[in-house]
Amino acid sequence: MTEDMSQYPLRLEGDNIPMVRFQNVRKSYGALTVLDDLNLDVDAGEMVTIIGPSGSGKTTVLRMLMTLETINGGVIYVDGEPLTHMEKGGVLVPANPAHIRRIRSKIGMCFQHFNLFPHMTALQNCMEGPVQVLGLPRKEAEERSMELLQMVGMADKRDQHPSRLSGGQQQRVAIARALAMRPKVMLFDEVTSALDPEVIGEVTNVIRKLVDAHNLTMLMVTHQMGFAKDISDRVCFFFNGAIEEQAAPSDLFENPQRERTQQFLNAVLESN
Amino acid sequence: MEWRWDWTWEILPRFIDATGKTLMAAGGGYAIAVVLGLVLVLAQRTPYRIVTMCVREVVEFIRSTPLLLQVFFVFYVGPQFGINLSPWTSGLIAIGVHYAAYLSEVYRGGIESVPKGQWEAAKAINMPVTQTYRRIIIPQALPPAISGMGNYLVGIFKDTPMLSVIGVAELMHTANAVGALNYRYLEPYTMVGVIFLAISLPTAFLITQFEKWVRRKMGMK
Ligand SMILES: Nc1ncnc2c1ncn2[C@@H]1O[C@H](COP(=O)(O)OP(=O)(O)OP(=O)(O)O)[C@@H](O)[C@H]1O
Ligand SMILES: [Mg+2]
Repeated sequence: MTEDMSQYPLRLEGDNIPMVRFQNVRKSYGALTVLDDLNLDVDAGEMVTIIGPSGSGKTTVLRMLMTLETINGGVIYVDGEPLTHMEKGGVLVPANPAHIRRIRSKIGMCFQHFNLFPHMTALQNCMEGPVQVLGLPRKEAEERSMELLQMVGMADKRDQHPSRLSGGQQQRVAIARALAMRPKVMLFDEVTSALDPEVIGEVTNVIRKLVDAHNLTMLMVTHQMGFAKDISDRVCFFFNGAIEEQAAPSDLFENPQRERTQQFLNAVLESN
Repeated sequence: MEWRWDWTWEILPRFIDATGKTLMAAGGGYAIAVVLGLVLVLAQRTPYRIVTMCVREVVEFIRSTPLLLQVFFVFYVGPQFGINLSPWTSGLIAIGVHYAAYLSEVYRGGIESVPKGQWEAAKAINMPVTQTYRRIIIPQALPPAISGMGNYLVGIFKDTPMLSVIGVAELMHTANAVGALNYRYLEPYTMVGVIFLAISLPTAFLITQFEKWVRRKMGMK
């Protein structure tokens, strides 16, 4: 069952192209369809939060964009160019590794379990990408990394290995590490879920700073409704691998239109 | 039968010389095994199914046949195909390849012990696969592999007597020769045992210390 690729533009053109576009994206694991015909645009500088019940496909959306998962249908565009595909003879064909690497350089991601490199210090974690991948001189990479460690409040721990840092501290270093690559799009997958309640604020404050700076496009999955309401430009409620409802946070949280959204929000409120 | 110290001292120099040869055989074989083992494990992780399967079979084959047979094979069967190798070269190749198969399994365990999240974090900073192995995965796979690698270092050392059968003048070969010449085996064989013990035990101890040091150095628990 091959898809008719001629329906997809080779690149997005116009004044107001989204930073990220999922167009008719499908994802399945064997017989299990996880995302069915996903269409989602994220504008440059926008903060979009994804909420929804467990297993609804939230993480999968971010992982597909980070190219940690392949897709089974549709096209993902980043900054106007296809990520999952490339042009060949006037149509889109599956992208080769070089193309994926070029587009992927615009995306950064933070994970629920931080995934810092344990054999490197905080500073080395941040410098690894700039030096090894971007080929920056060490001095420049160090300046850039220190600036970011400063921003996340971890400059004094620059020489500590992750095993010596708390969860909140590790996550802040992980954010600095991702930012050191100067991505245009940042993805946060439940970055506070593995943290003790008292350190969640450290991490959300850093994300708030990024939102205030307005120059990053962000896509965040979270179970913290209060935080989502506070900082998002838009909230998407996922249900069963599809967007059930999306709206500005005030609308979605105060006045949900769909029954499933209401049920989900009620259930979350009760459990808190 | 009594232990003869005077004779012990007399033959000692030959054993010191042979100890050097044994260490060379073990060290040389191990060097081959360390590098070739890495090649074998990485070849088993390529996306090419055929390569992966063939290498897997070769490793299985080497691991399930005796080292002695492999030594004989290289030394005696090789020439029938026009490959004439000295006892030393044959011995090093046989023992190196044999232990490479074992070390590849140790490496595999180490590589598989690195969490999937590390691969994903590397990908998220856009690091290519080869660089990810070199910078992220192998450094983390090493500490858990050290004790296994150490065991096989001692193992290869203890297996060097197998090379005596094709005439490599290592410790066992020397003990046999000295014994046969004098019809006296107590001292030569005892000396071989003591020398092996004197080298194996401290080596095992040093390996444990080394593992601790590496873990500390890497900031890992
Ligand atoms: N590697 C995989 N193999 C098979 N099924 C998978 C795999 N990864 C995810 N799934 C399935 O895909 C569906 C969506 O998973 P996903 O992780 O995106 O959910 P989620 O919305 O992030 O849930 P949670 O809130 O629990 O994190 C689930 O049914 C999950 O079981
Ligand atoms: Mg998830």
